[in-house]
Amino acid sequence: MGDPPTDPEPPSQPPSSRRSSQVSQRRGLELSRPQPAFPEEAEQIPLDPSILQSNRGILASQANLQGWSLGASPTQQENLTMFQAEEAQLGGVEYPSPNMGFPSELQPQLYLEEGGIQATQNAGLMLQQLRRGQSNLFQQLESAYLETQPDLLGQFNMYQRDDLQFSQHEPYLRDEPTLQFSPSEPGFTPFTLEVPEREPLELAVQNAKAYLLQTSVSCSLSLYEHLANLLTKILDQRPEDPLSILESLNRTTQREWCHPKLDTLRDDPEMQPTYEMADRQKALFLRSGGGEGQQEMEEEVAETAVPNVMETAFYLEQAGVGLSSDESFRIFLALKQLVEQQPIHTCRFWGKILGLSRSYLVAEVSFREGEEEEGEEEAEEMMEGGEGMDAPDEEEGEEDEEKDTDIIPKPMWKPPPVIPREESRSGTNKYLYFVCTEPGRPWTRLPHVTPVQIVQARKIKKFFTGFLDAPVVSYPPFPGNEANYLRAQIARISAATHISPLGFYQFGEEEGDEEEEGGAGRDSYEENPDFEGIPVLELVDSTANWVHHAQHILPQGRCTWVNPLQKIEEEEELGEEEEKADEGMEGVEQEVGPPLLTPLSEDAGSLRTSTLAGATSTVPRTSTHPCRPPFSRSTPTAPRSWR
Amino acid sequence: MGASVRPSFSEGLGGEQGWPEALRGRGPQAVSGILTALRRAGLWSPRRQLLLATWQALSRALGTMDAESLLLSLELASGSGQGLSPDRRASLLTSLPLVKRDYRYDRVLFWGRILGLVADYYIAQGLSEDQLAPRKTLYSLNCMEWSLLPPATEEMMAQTSVVKGRFMGDPSHEYEHTELQKINEGGKVFEEEVVVQIKEETRLVSIIDQIDKAVAIIPRGALFKTPFGPIHVNRTFEGLSLSEAKKLSSYFHFREPVQLKNKTLLEKADLDPSLDFMDSLEHDIPKGSWSIQMERGNALVVLRSLLWPGLTFFHAPRTKNCGYIYVGTALQGEELKAVNTGLGNHLGLSQGISDSTFSNWLEMGSRPLHFPGSEHT
Repeated sequence: MGDPPTDPEPPSQPPSSRRSSQVSQRRGLELSRPQPAFPEEAEQIPLDPSILQSNRGILASQANLQGWSLGASPTQQENLTMFQAEEAQLGGVEYPSPNMGFPSELQPQLYLEEGGIQATQNAGLMLQQLRRGQSNLFQQLESAYLETQPDLLGQFNMYQRDDLQFSQHEPYLRDEPTLQFSPSEPGFTPFTLEVPEREPLELAVQNAKAYLLQTSVSCSLSLYEHLANLLTKILDQRPEDPLSILESLNRTTQREWCHPKLDTLRDDPEMQPTYEMADRQKALFLRSGGGEGQQEMEEEVAETAVPNVMETAFYLEQAGVGLSSDESFRIFLALKQLVEQQPIHTCRFWGKILGLSRSYLVAEVSFREGEEEEGEEEAEEMMEGGEGMDAPDEEEGEEDEEKDTDIIPKPMWKPPPVIPREESRSGTNKYLYFVCTEPGRPWTRLPHVTPVQIVQARKIKKFFTGFLDAPVVSYPPFPGNEANYLRAQIARISAATHISPLGFYQFGEEEGDEEEEGGAGRDSYEENPDFEGIPVLELVDSTANWVHHAQHILPQGRCTWVNPLQKIEEEEELGEEEEKADEGMEGVEQEVGPPLLTPLSEDAGSLRTSTLAGATSTVPRTSTHPCRPPFSRSTPTAPRSWR
Repeated sequence: MGASVRPSFSEGLGGEQGWPEALRGRGPQAVSGILTALRRAGLWSPRRQLLLATWQALSRALGTMDAESLLLSLELASGSGQGLSPDRRASLLTSLPLVKRDYRYDRVLFWGRILGLVADYYIAQGLSEDQLAPRKTLYSLNCMEWSLLPPATEEMMAQTSVVKGRFMGDPSHEYEHTELQKINEGGKVFEEEVVVQIKEETRLVSIIDQIDKAVAIIPRGALFKTPFGPIHVNRTFEGLSLSEAKKLSSYFHFREPVQLKNKTLLEKADLDPSLDFMDSLEHDIPKGSWSIQMERGNALVVLRSLLWPGLTFFHAPRTKNCGYIYVGTALQGEELKAVNTGLGNHLGLSQGISDSTFSNWLEMGSRPLHFPGSEHT
């Protein structure tokens, strides 16, 4: 916008030179005005300016300075609002001073009839000038106004000039063509006689307009300006049913004013994580598309380890359980990515564990034969390193004892022997587990679980935070961080809840193993090729038709029992400890758990398990044995509890 | 959708009298079809059109498991893993509008599902125009036939607080609870064991009321209060922004405010009385009983209650979609009484406290907090 002239001097002098040049321009333009050149442009311009101008003409305003600021601010906006700014300028220019006064009634009529076109033509001029260049817009407007509406020059008192030579012009004489071409000719006011009568009405109107022009507290927008913007927008866009969407348009216009979208180079900072996540997930989708060139490898497709997540999700959905379908699809793609990255033999989507900040998606995989991860070896090294640390401590203690007789007695307590964890691919470590927080993020492998972790996990109850390296602070203390706790919980859940219909799995025909393992039971099963499904009725009626196909975890924390004291005898070489070891041996019994493929009916607390038929079938709902009142939560103690 | 015109709304527009009878009981698509026909016939004024459009928008505005937006809401709330099977969904879509028609509710919301041993209860709630007025609760076993539940009373709550354990799933099941009652007979005072029968329906009512008072939430700005008193759905609520959505203070308890009057004057000065008239989640006790997560790559914010595990609240930022659903066993989370809170952590580190006494201690301390609403009513 042009520089607001700071001096109250009549700008007639500075712009006079310009004006004179533009006067000639205007003359030329005005001569050509009757030609349809301008009307074309005028048509392009909507009728807004005319209406607005007429509105403004109706309402006189005392706030000339306000009108000026009104005009100044919008010009920093886009074209549309700039155009409005022009009108603001024009409007501002139009505002008569109170002492001027002019009959308001006549003015709008004149505006509408002929002034409408003139106004649009003026507007066209303005636009032209804008497009050519924005040099001192104010002065251009001023000059244009001086040219085209000499009768309005009386209103042109931005600076409260009284000595302006045009201060006596009235607006409603514009229909006289002679006036247009003689801008410098002082006009006359034939209607001044009527002015004093209209003053009260005028005053009221001016007051109303001043009130409307008050800027709001929250942003520098006045109701007047906002309404003008809103109407302009509606007239520009011409929506279908403006009245019904008036309110939302209102909100949108206000928001646009207060928060203009100036920054087209930088992204919205709030949406940044969303876009990042979307990018990552896009990579998931593209991977599948990148396999187009591998259509020759169709033979391998049948053997791929990627599970059919969608099919499983469909069935689970019938039961009312599961994530939404697009989430399932993304999980499917993520599993596919996992299979590509790791040497995986079988893979299964185990489930989702909800956490406080993030959730875990768990995949149960088993590696191909011989493909052991290096991570396992590292873990074993660490364990051995830990064990080596214990021995030097004991030796030091003995030396001290020999030297000093007056010493604080050593504690006699020895920590219970560490039960070794199970080998990979057996017992609790039969499968490997990978977790990720969201499809698209990298999969993290969980370490193998140790028996002591399982034992401690049974005693505590903690929420997962979602971060694998978060410490688990609890009493009794848990040996490990959240990754270990997660793994322990997964092991417990798998052991307790993985079931299948009776007969789906069968033991391999190796009877010799049963004797060798000393009652520990078989630990492997295979699919029964001759399995014919059990009818739904029978499956629902009793739980005996369902069996566990995951090994039960003994109280020790392992699936196969290990005598901890045998280990002591092997490792301890000191004579002093032998006696203590003998004392400890008495309390150790072999722990026995239910064998593999035990039906559910033998579970502890089996009275409370429920079986429900699907809603679509016509099977009547079964009723389990009613619980004896009072309905207590204590589980009846049983020799076997699947924990 | 035969809802009657809300009086405040029509007052604002000059007192429209109501819908033409032909529109009662029809779905939104049918209604708009009728409208276009009417418009062509010149019988439908633009003002009525405006009413209808805003009414339709209004009913979609708060997608708290509204019958119309049920599918979208269920999809968005499915991150917790529990939802509805397709046949249940279809039954709901059919039966909820019928409930709305029969009981003349403003809106019918699907509240959730309580898992019982034998069967599940599907719960729906009917709302009148004032959003904070007591809601009518209905339950069903098959999502088709709904039965109205009586409103919850204090004595119901006290009576059913002794019943523990899971729901059976049979509404006529009765729990027997023996208590010792002192009986005066001719000057002698002796205690006698009295067996009190508690119906499962009663228990259902009180549990639903407890859950609602404790953990039903709504984002800030979704409702607004008029000076005349009634609470309305905010039609111009465009959703929380992403930064606001991650803060607990942007969510309110969907119940009469309890802690609001305890705020200092300084705090109250920052509040907007038309929007901030309910308790926010920030000062909930026990602390840390809410888990806020972003799902779907930051496109959805999900709040899960740890006090009542199974309550999931979802909201898509910058959109109007929000709602909550409860799918669970209606058992209060015991984990919260243990080590996870700040207080619990401190106590948990001290040795020598056995687990059982520890949890008992906290339980006694936190019991009155389970009924924040009922204490003050």
